[in-house]
Amino acid sequence: MSQTLAATRNPAAADMQSGAEVLLRALKDQGVEVIFGYPGGSVLPIYDAIFKQDTIRHILVRHEQAAVHAAEGYARSTGRTGVVLVTSGPGATNAVTGLLDALMDSIPLVCLTGQVPTHLIGNDAFQEADTTGITRPATKHNYLVKKSEDLARVVHEAFYVARSGRPGPVVIDLPKDILIAKAPYQGVPEAPHRSYRPVTHPDPAQIVRAVAAMKQAKRPVVYFGGGVINAGVAASDALTRLVRKTGFPCTGTLMGLGAYPSNDPQFLGMLGMHGTYEANLVMHGCDVMLNVGARFDDRVTGRINAFSPDSTKIHVDIDPSSINKNVRVDIPIIGDAGVVLEALLAAWDADPTPSESQAVAGWWRQIAEWRGVDCLKFTQTRDRGGIIKPQYAIQRLYELTRETGRETLISTEVGQHQMWAAQYFKFDKPNQWMTSGGLGTMGYGLPAAMGVQIAHPDALVIDIAGEASILMNIQEMATLAQYRLPVKVFILNNQYMGMVRQWQELLHGGRYSESYSEALPDFVRLAEAFHGVGMRAESVDQLDDVIREMIACPKAVIADICVDQKENVYPMIPSGAAHNEMILGAGHGRHAAEITDEGLVLV
Amino acid sequence: MAAPIDSSNRSATISVLVENEAGVLARVIGLFSGRGYNIDSLTVAPVEDERGRSRINIVTSGTEMVIEQIKAQLDRLVPVHRVADLTREGPHIAREMALIKVCSTGNDRAEALRLADAFRARVVDATIGSFVFEMTGSTDKLDAFVDLMRPLGLAEVSRTGVAAIARGTRVI
Repeated sequence: MSQTLAATRNPAAADMQSGAEVLLRALKDQGVEVIFGYPGGSVLPIYDAIFKQDTIRHILVRHEQAAVHAAEGYARSTGRTGVVLVTSGPGATNAVTGLLDALMDSIPLVCLTGQVPTHLIGNDAFQEADTTGITRPATKHNYLVKKSEDLARVVHEAFYVARSGRPGPVVIDLPKDILIAKAPYQGVPEAPHRSYRPVTHPDPAQIVRAVAAMKQAKRPVVYFGGGVINAGVAASDALTRLVRKTGFPCTGTLMGLGAYPSNDPQFLGMLGMHGTYEANLVMHGCDVMLNVGARFDDRVTGRINAFSPDSTKIHVDIDPSSINKNVRVDIPIIGDAGVVLEALLAAWDADPTPSESQAVAGWWRQIAEWRGVDCLKFTQTRDRGGIIKPQYAIQRLYELTRETGRETLISTEVGQHQMWAAQYFKFDKPNQWMTSGGLGTMGYGLPAAMGVQIAHPDALVIDIAGEASILMNIQEMATLAQYRLPVKVFILNNQYMGMVRQWQELLHGGRYSESYSEALPDFVRLAEAFHGVGMRAESVDQLDDVIREMIACPKAVIADICVDQKENVYPMIPSGAAHNEMILGAGHGRHAAEITDEGLVLV
Repeated sequence: MAAPIDSSNRSATISVLVENEAGVLARVIGLFSGRGYNIDSLTVAPVEDERGRSRINIVTSGTEMVIEQIKAQLDRLVPVHRVADLTREGPHIAREMALIKVCSTGNDRAEALRLADAFRARVVDATIGSFVFEMTGSTDKLDAFVDLMRPLGLAEVSRTGVAAIARGTRVI
């Protein structure tokens, strides 16, 4: 009777459920469809609640780090917020690498971590870790829920924080008693957040200044990054329209690939340490640079005091702390990339000043000359039994997947294969390219591909891998088998940690200290052990058949592509060098600096 | 082209209005240590109980670019409401309080008391062999007083760090 009374007095009281049930209800209200997770003692109440419902699907990974990367792949390929569920202690600490990866690459995630009951916090209890302390510098924000009545509010707030402004990972640490105790539910709040309200609409005066500078540009460049992809498909479309309308050349960062069609003649390829000759020289020699959603990362700028020395720099970013962090800019624009690009398009039309199209045409002639160097050229023997060049393997993978006409999404691990994939695989749409850019996490690609395949069950999802990186999360082959995910793992196997080997060759006198992998597994049999299909190409005449067979296979595949062990990634700007101090490959025989200055005089 | 970068260091007094929640101070301190910024002084206390807000005052130093970066980094922390660079946004007042223990006898003791009077420090505790002075003022003034006490039996100093506020009608 007293219960009935309480219910009539306080309607919310009738709505009390266990904390775990409230949590799942909040996730549903946030539109969550999939959770990537791994159970453990302190999250058992959540797993019990998951068992009792069928709206949200749970994907059981084999390691918590993989859960986070899978959620990243899911988020990056859909534009939605990825959700992770791990237990306390080791569950949470295993997730840290993935969280930092998501922070560096601005991927929206909510990671639910179990915690020991509130009365045991601080007691060095079994599987206790100071999760909020450990993850503070690895997340955009984190919460420890200490009161049941805060639970629903915190979950909604976490999703808001994860996806707003510059996206990032958010941790919610959930003590077990909070999951068991009855908690009230509250829906998605309509009021704005108390303190976190990122600016998305730019200052109109800055847009006018930017367009004025762009109209006067004689040697312009548009440099775009992952921010355009985070701003949604419409932002990529606006970028494409702006580049075409202005007639400017454009280049993209590793994270930005796909925001502008890679096969378009106005695209100069990726820039930076392993960017193209033409992209880097254009950056070095430009007079006006429009940076949209990129952060002047050190892999992009090279030596900072020699970076694009003569340009007026316009920087569009949603994160004010990215402005003037590494490079001093002239016209900062704070806002969402999509909104800013639309504003720039409108202002470009509204400004009656003609653009310097004649000078820009001259700039394009210079670019054509730089392009003539053909910096990505390589020589592939076609002899029977000939060694496969890794570049050729990627090129054929691209061409043969394109022939199928299927939607193709690519993830990578980290190293040489990642750079070759960025250079030779062409993306014509955003959200098709998943790679660990900022943190450079080996072991990212396979779990990320898993998350992508969950979100795109009918698409062709390929993890371009190296034989070293793939072993860092190889256990996820079991997850692929459990959920029948037909992910293709395309290993460029050179038996070395190739990027380490390359640096040792160029910078450490060819002393290949610990970069050779002795006793690699037999990847064909490894695939079979995990209920997948293994295949191998040892010479160039076998390559196409293996790729075709891999694409056609309805199951998970590991394709072990044995490639030239000594191949290096070129072009390369050595660490600490300037853009015009690029090293070209063996076939070129000259350094960029030799022609840069005279090249610039021409324009 | 951007104007030449001013590479000289300056001191900045930054006030931050934050949500009074667990871990907010750790976030601010972690930001400074993680990114290698200096903290010369830091104070924190709740200031708006009814709205649950605290104020953090930080004295830091760095190049203009670093200080701008510090402000931007602070401002993007989720529980931060407002960041004010008091050094740049007009005149401001910065004060700190110190408790200074001096243990001496004879002439030194008499001299310490005379100087305390000249500096308007208050005696808040006295024994036959010691004084504790309470003093409020700018960091420089406190430094000067502490230096004077050194040869006169300075035994221990406890300082609050800087609390700062803008002059006039301007509020954070």
